[in-house]
Amino acid sequence: MSDLLFLVEVSLAGLGAGGLYALTGVAFVVIYKATRVVNLAIGELLMFGAYLFFGFSVGLALPTWQAILLALVGGGILGAVIERSVIRPMLGESAISVFMVTIGLGSILVGLVEVIWSPDPRRLPEFMPNAPIFIGDAYLSPKVGYGFLVAAAVIAAFLLVFRFWRGGVALRATATDQAAAYSVGINVPAVFSLAWVVGCVAATGAGILVGAIGGISSTMGVFGLSVLVVVIVGGLDSILGALLGGLLIGLLEALAGSYLGGEYKLLVTFGLLVAILMVRPYGLFGTTEIERL
Amino acid sequence: MRIGAARQTYAADEALFETTVQRAWFAGLLAALVAFPFMADAYWLYLACLVAINVASATGLNILTGYTGLVSLGQAAFMGIGAYTVAVLEIRFGTPFLLNLVAAGLLAAAGGILVGIPSLRVKGLYLAIATIAASFILHFVFANWTSVTNGVTGLSMPPARLFGVALDTSFRMYWLIVPVTVLMVMGAANLFRTRIGRAFIAIRDRDISAEVLGIPLLRYKLMSFALSSFYAGVAGGLWAYFFRVVTPESFPLVMSIFYLAAIIVGGMGTILGPILGAAFMTMVPEVLKLGVGWLSPWVPDAVALLSPVRTIVFGALIVGFLVFEPQGLAEIWRRVRRFFHLWPFKT
Repeated sequence: MSDLLFLVEVSLAGLGAGGLYALTGVAFVVIYKATRVVNLAIGELLMFGAYLFFGFSVGLALPTWQAILLALVGGGILGAVIERSVIRPMLGESAISVFMVTIGLGSILVGLVEVIWSPDPRRLPEFMPNAPIFIGDAYLSPKVGYGFLVAAAVIAAFLLVFRFWRGGVALRATATDQAAAYSVGINVPAVFSLAWVVGCVAATGAGILVGAIGGISSTMGVFGLSVLVVVIVGGLDSILGALLGGLLIGLLEALAGSYLGGEYKLLVTFGLLVAILMVRPYGLFGTTEIERL
Repeated sequence: MRIGAARQTYAADEALFETTVQRAWFAGLLAALVAFPFMADAYWLYLACLVAINVASATGLNILTGYTGLVSLGQAAFMGIGAYTVAVLEIRFGTPFLLNLVAAGLLAAAGGILVGIPSLRVKGLYLAIATIAASFILHFVFANWTSVTNGVTGLSMPPARLFGVALDTSFRMYWLIVPVTVLMVMGAANLFRTRIGRAFIAIRDRDISAEVLGIPLLRYKLMSFALSSFYAGVAGGLWAYFFRVVTPESFPLVMSIFYLAAIIVGGMGTILGPILGAAFMTMVPEVLKLGVGWLSPWVPDAVALLSPVRTIVFGALIVGFLVFEPQGLAEIWRRVRRFFHLWPFKT
């Protein structure tokens, strides 16, 4: 019985972590859908957001809610700056170049964080309730549990925004057909900026949650690699894929980590990635691209 | 295209060197490479060996990414295969180093073919990410196949021996590394004068059109993967002989990114590109180190800033070159050459 309980606890923790993967995955997919940029800097953006929060709450000693708000705004500004200064000039270049640019960006962000805050790992101030959560008999770490709830709420808010807000509709229209979006009067370049702002705000939020659970360091960007697996497995341009992929990868990592050992985590997720790529090259829910000469 | 070098035969059009002047310059370069170790000190020799190893590996990646258009982030992992092959052969069997290097290349090529198989179905970024997966899986193998790779401790190996002389200094290693690198670069240059190389270029420009022209895509893509990882394997073998310690952490993902950055900075799809790019990217951290040395009297914790500044400069170089000079250093070099060639007329 205790084996079963253990399995349930591990699965819960995995799903909780999966919520954060899903949130970051959504940030990735929003950017990809609108601008066709594979953003390999997503992990570093997340890390930078966490450090912004750290800077505001510890460095400037602001109350937590103000620090969170300012960090989100800061993340949004960062997204806008990156889009205007680096991504915009790369429009129309080959996908490989754009993706290398985001790798370069990631490297710059890591360096900046190390210059400003030094590379030592830090702890974020506690801001989530820490009464243990029991679901049935199974224990769930409160940070993971509340992290999951916040992530789920944010994702739900995002989905509503995309569904009903004018900007969200413009974003979806641009993702579906750029030329058509232009012709009905949508300001497509503005939508690109919007996508980056939204994506970076989401990544910042995810970064704060991840940092609250596991502390922050300049190598936090590794989280981005798992997110990469999530979005590839789910399909690069599918929000639903990112959600389910996030939960799936979170669960898999937790199970592999506790039953096989920590070093198997990456092996299992990347093994799954290769298997999915062989069977369904465009992920579980991605759109198959049709090539014409 | 040079002015004043009208070519009238296909042979002249395909020739490696366009003019006698170029041939003379190349001979001069070779002479300089031979003379270099007698004039440089140990530090410069060490750098030269490092640059040569990186040039060899970057040239291999250029075959795959620059000429065939398949992005790979697994180059460092393939170097790892080569390095481990050399280390194991040297320690267990003590076979001659040339044999070890060839074996390293062949084994890495086999690994490359295996990793390249998904390229049948996936393209572009999906393929790049599949190669990231391969590099993590290989890292796992290096770290956990303890009976062969000795786990995370890694392997320490004896130096290569040539006619009873141990190649244990940078000066001696130079005579192994540089000739091998020159051979490999020449091989790459000649490859693109043959049917195979031309097929690679056709696949890069438009793979469906290439297939229509009668180029079997899978075979040529796998061939490109094999060649590129062969280069990586040999470079990894040289790396192992040079540093003589091989651990799983020796070949991280960052190193693969480094090679991709090197060919971008140098100029993809040119022979000169990876040479310039690898040399440039290897030298930049050293220049930064020098700069830190000069700054340390004025800036209190300059040494602590070195590593983050290096990370920033690395990223800024990638972004800067892609945004402002996408053709890389090779294009700058061409512009300079054209200027002097046409002077006093404007280019």
